[in-house]
Amino acid sequence: MSSVAVIDYGMGNLHSIAKALQHADSRVDVQVTADASVIRAADRVVFPGVGAMRDCMQALNDTGLSAVIRESAQSKPFLGICLGMQALLTDSEENDGIACLNLFPGHVRRFTDHLHDAGGNILKIPHMGWNQVKQVEHPLWQHIPDQSRFYFVHSYYAVPDDARHSVATADYPQAFTCALAKDNVFAVQFHPEKSQTVGLQLLQNFLNWDGNV
Amino acid sequence: MSLAKRIIPCLDVDNGRVVKGVKFVDIRDAGDPVEIARRYDREGADEITFLDITATHDNRDTIVHVVEQVASEVFIPLTVGGGVRVLEDIRRMLNAGADKVGINSAAVFNPEFVKQAAEKFGSQCIVVAIDAKKVSQAGEAERWEIFTHGGRKPTGINAVEWAVKMKDYGAGEILLTSMDRDGTKSGFDLALTRAISEAVSIPVIASGGVGNLDHLADGIIHGKADAVLAASIFHFAEYSIEQAKRHLQSRGIEVRL
Repeated sequence: MSSVAVIDYGMGNLHSIAKALQHADSRVDVQVTADASVIRAADRVVFPGVGAMRDCMQALNDTGLSAVIRESAQSKPFLGICLGMQALLTDSEENDGIACLNLFPGHVRRFTDHLHDAGGNILKIPHMGWNQVKQVEHPLWQHIPDQSRFYFVHSYYAVPDDARHSVATADYPQAFTCALAKDNVFAVQFHPEKSQTVGLQLLQNFLNWDGNV
Repeated sequence: MSLAKRIIPCLDVDNGRVVKGVKFVDIRDAGDPVEIARRYDREGADEITFLDITATHDNRDTIVHVVEQVASEVFIPLTVGGGVRVLEDIRRMLNAGADKVGINSAAVFNPEFVKQAAEKFGSQCIVVAIDAKKVSQAGEAERWEIFTHGGRKPTGINAVEWAVKMKDYGAGEILLTSMDRDGTKSGFDLALTRAISEAVSIPVIASGGVGNLDHLADGIIHGKADAVLAASIFHFAEYSIEQAKRHLQSRGIEVRL
């Protein structure tokens, strides 16, 4: 039986992600854990997170989990979600500037206030709701139609230095990167665990993924 | 193409059973919230909101079990409101699988609570529910105030100013209910919805008064709402969520189908 560790570092509710993974594949052993040895032993790792980047990085440093996150990101299929995606970049402008894990060179920026759509309507921050995701070829998009809608809720977004790391974009109103990938790491800004059928498909793809592109 | 406007069915839950939340009809039609949530999910609801109207404190656990059960099989955002007064209430709802928590009267009695909640759990999960009623007379510039106790008690607080303050205190979203329209099936208070939506930079969910599908579309087009919430028109299967979405689409609104 394959196992997946959902990293629990106190940033948000992990009930949904654990349930969704289990729903995506009932044979998988899902463990929500803060134990580095369990994370090390797992076949796959999910790095979730909601909230503020300052709290996120502080929690990772306090728990000493950043080391095992780096290690996992180099050795097995690894999925970052929301704040767990943003934390993989070099730094974030949230909370007056926070150094992050630097697994993807690049920055995390805030959406500008007073954005408008083409019809002149104000675009609200956070970017909240179901937006279309434009894919760049990757095994994790298998069986998911291009431009499917996923559920987002965030005010900051990733700007990777290397455009080849961007494997999906969404428009708000400009295109921004909403999925990153490099080798065995895949990370998404939206919430697959809250994105109904397409979200569950993405999680299932992740649970079937061997980490090769 | 971009962000879709959201349709959010709302379930009023009393002691673990769904009851009709319309004040002018006295029928209390019970239903199983898990069953109904499943149906809404199948029909394409963008989120589901549970409003716990259980009166006694002892029975508050029932809503936690409902959320737990729904969150185990319905994978869309879930919001829970009603009776949220202390940080521990929020933690319990989030741990049960809720994604957002609605704060209503507790925000009015203690605005700092919203600030603490947003700092503790993040703005993304804090929805401030605003119950507003028109207080201006005919001929005057329109003005709305916050009311508590199901619309019975005026607070003297200006609704638009209150919405801005709640945003500044860390609310991630506003659930706006017109107490004049709630239960009337005559449509949203569009002027109120628009005034609030244009005053704050966070998303606004319009609520109170939906009687038909055009009301939903009007809330988005004329009220500038980011999402629309309704209970009875979906609850009694007058319309399915999918029908509602197709109708919005026919009026040029972007939806998730």
